[in-house]
Amino acid sequence: MYKLGIDVGGTNTDAVLIDEDLKVIASIKSHTTADIYDGILHAVKTVLQESGIDPAMIGQAMLGTTQCTNAIVERKHLAPIGVLRLGAPATLGIPPMVDWAEDLKHIAAEVSVIPGGYEYDGKEIAPLDKEAARAFFSRLKEKGILSVAISCVFSTVRNDQEQEAAKLCREVMGDDVHVSISSEIGSMGLIERENATILNAALYKVAEAFTEGFAKSLAKEGITNADVYLSQNDGTLMTMEYARKYPILTIACGPTNSIRGAGYLSRQKDAIVVDVGGTTTDLGVIQTGFPRESGVAVTIGGVRTNFRMPDVISIGLGGGSIVRSLPDGTVTVGPDSVGFKITEEALCFGGKVCTATDIAVRLGMTNLGDPAKVAQLDEEFARKAMGTIQAMVEDSLDAMKVSSDDADVILVGGGSIIVPDNLKGAGTVRKPEQGGVANAIGAAISKVSGNYEQLVDYNEIPRETALKNAKEEAAKLACEAGAIPDTIEIIDVEDVPLAYYPGNTCRVKVRAAGDLGRK
Amino acid sequence: MRKIGISEIEDIALGASLLGAGGGGDPYVGKLVAIGAVRECGDVTLLDPEEVPDDALVVPIAMMGAPTILAEKAVGEGEYKALYDIVSSFFGKPIYAFMPIEAGGVNSMLPIAAAARLGLPLVDVDGMGRAFPELQMVTFTIGGGCSTPMALVDEKGNSCIFRTVSNKWTEELARSVTMSCGGSVSVSLYPMEGAFMKQYGVKGIVTRSQQLGSAIRMVKECTDSSPEEKFLEITEGFRLFKGKISDVKREVRGAFNFGKVILDGIGDYKGKSAYVEFQNENLSAVIDDEILATVPDLICVVDSETFTPIPTDALKYGKRVMVVGLKCFPLWRTREGIELVGPRYFGIDTDYIPLEKRCKGGNANV
Repeated sequence: MYKLGIDVGGTNTDAVLIDEDLKVIASIKSHTTADIYDGILHAVKTVLQESGIDPAMIGQAMLGTTQCTNAIVERKHLAPIGVLRLGAPATLGIPPMVDWAEDLKHIAAEVSVIPGGYEYDGKEIAPLDKEAARAFFSRLKEKGILSVAISCVFSTVRNDQEQEAAKLCREVMGDDVHVSISSEIGSMGLIERENATILNAALYKVAEAFTEGFAKSLAKEGITNADVYLSQNDGTLMTMEYARKYPILTIACGPTNSIRGAGYLSRQKDAIVVDVGGTTTDLGVIQTGFPRESGVAVTIGGVRTNFRMPDVISIGLGGGSIVRSLPDGTVTVGPDSVGFKITEEALCFGGKVCTATDIAVRLGMTNLGDPAKVAQLDEEFARKAMGTIQAMVEDSLDAMKVSSDDADVILVGGGSIIVPDNLKGAGTVRKPEQGGVANAIGAAISKVSGNYEQLVDYNEIPRETALKNAKEEAAKLACEAGAIPDTIEIIDVEDVPLAYYPGNTCRVKVRAAGDLGRK
Repeated sequence: MRKIGISEIEDIALGASLLGAGGGGDPYVGKLVAIGAVRECGDVTLLDPEEVPDDALVVPIAMMGAPTILAEKAVGEGEYKALYDIVSSFFGKPIYAFMPIEAGGVNSMLPIAAAARLGLPLVDVDGMGRAFPELQMVTFTIGGGCSTPMALVDEKGNSCIFRTVSNKWTEELARSVTMSCGGSVSVSLYPMEGAFMKQYGVKGIVTRSQQLGSAIRMVKECTDSSPEEKFLEITEGFRLFKGKISDVKREVRGAFNFGKVILDGIGDYKGKSAYVEFQNENLSAVIDDEILATVPDLICVVDSETFTPIPTDALKYGKRVMVVGLKCFPLWRTREGIELVGPRYFGIDTDYIPLEKRCKGGNANV
């Protein structure tokens, strides 16, 4: 049984085939096509040819893609939706999407805030106004809207009203309507959670397109026996059905997959991953096998959300970064880059631009292109340039570290040849062999997870009991997502005391994950 | 007198997070409340304190309760109208204008919303010139002012007005009612006459917040000096330290976030060590065992690259930061001021010495 992992990025479409022992059998790096399916087809065809295996032997196929991020950022292919918030008389001071850009706001055909919502302790602010909800859904139905975003005050504490509203929605609008409820999408903070839910509702067409397209390209290549999955932004997988329901969860899967893939290739569970591309280098942290989450609110296309996103910093350094000598003798590298045109424009490939790759070739760090073409570069200049590169990487490494101890560093990405082996602050620096396709590998080896979050007053439920309950709930959720029960581990437990709440209230968050089972 | 609209609100919010000196809460939700109100009701008139008649009724507006609850419930539509009604009726005269009670954080934004919704002006003044954790820590206390009559309203339409015998009782009763109402309410406090406001208020603070915010936003675009020098120039700040956060210790006691952040020096400060103690807001900055700044002067921790202010609850290992000192409002440096908000009140074993005097040792940028 083989696993096929595919990552469709902005520039490259990468694919890997791995066996049951998670060993890489074949891999390919190719360009992403305008119509992503051609790129996927080409990548799949190539790994099948290279490996020579029978397509019917592929048991699982995973896709990581930036389609959703691009759709939001470029404002393309977003569906018209209805936005309903349950919370009046609270929240009326902040209408939904109040700070959204005009060119994105228009996706909402109808917006309404109706009575409903909960207090922090689960008491109702107001009973759900079912009449107002029905009237809202009727208006949407008349307009032919097929997707609805429903949010509710403190739905992270209690989501009965959201469930009820979703039920009414289907009664009025039919079973085919897409309903996104905020308690299933975001965490604490109404506006960010509501924003994420609205974006999710608007992405349903994009999700339909890439899930259908992916399924079709697999079928075309004879991969008919595979369970098909999509990458989420937390390093775990979801089924096609789940992805069609929660497309917003694919948002940051690119960096997540590359971080996990790097961790897997180097067999390390705790390290800093440095992914050097053509133009940028992304640094992330792998903690107990999973990407460290960002603490700050993440904006997507200018819209503020509270997603689980990997904590990644990007710097303007890549294989194609342009190297310059300044009058005062210093040498700069980037932030501009020749990008994917490197094979035409870099000196070592016969071009005219001195890039970071050329510096690496000149100093004998790698054998790309024709070394003779960079021989004329002054050695002093090249060393200074490498010094600049080293300092840039060391600085950002330092910013990502979790303690003052030396960190283990994993270097991946097509541009990793420009980074020297001795980095200050790094205990070990590993450049795994398949590092160029770390992201596709990350997709292929992903686990499935369940995340449970709840506010608990420890005066009413003792901490031991509360955490035990939460762990059981998280494991159940992981199981529902497809995890093999025996492999489920609790990978994160957090309880944060909340200062202003009465009693001893804490926010309890537990994440469980397990290996993906065969359906 | 001038108008405040959405772009001014953005700058005021950013400047307010600097003046928050580590506290004040994340102004994002407050900012949205202000934007929501201005979009619906129009821009707000900002008055210079001198433009306010001596006998006018001026009322500070704030929120009370848990910021995380505010982040779920925001505010309703009619809260500021309810406050207006209950307060005006109590005094038997209309409210002339609203004002912020504290310049730092969320409470810088809500009075703008109140002004927009009621069509009343906002006065360019507050009671702290920064953020402070406790109710009585306002300049008006020095002038003999009282936090009550304090009005409190919730989004459901409940309202009440307190008269109490001491600030301690005000805290006690108001918190109790706040929790019963759901944990986040709008309040008015320290209602005063124009003359009193002019005598004890921190004048021009809204404008200063706006300037600071706009400076932080544009600091990268300057050409005549480095962004860091420009930032210090515009904020009139003293660079106390630059370092990487190596540890953050936290403890929740009562309703406050106590703690200490430890920094390892970077750049010119390499080899040195510093720490900042906080109780919601930053209280002291100590470098290599030498105290360089204490309350009531403002101690601000900002990102070393973008100069974005970092509230105490966002401090975490590895962040590169600059610690900047800003002089406090002069009234805080009087004997009465030091009694209320000096270092000894917060348990720091030192007398207050003005920031600029402490920094003469050459560690700071003047």
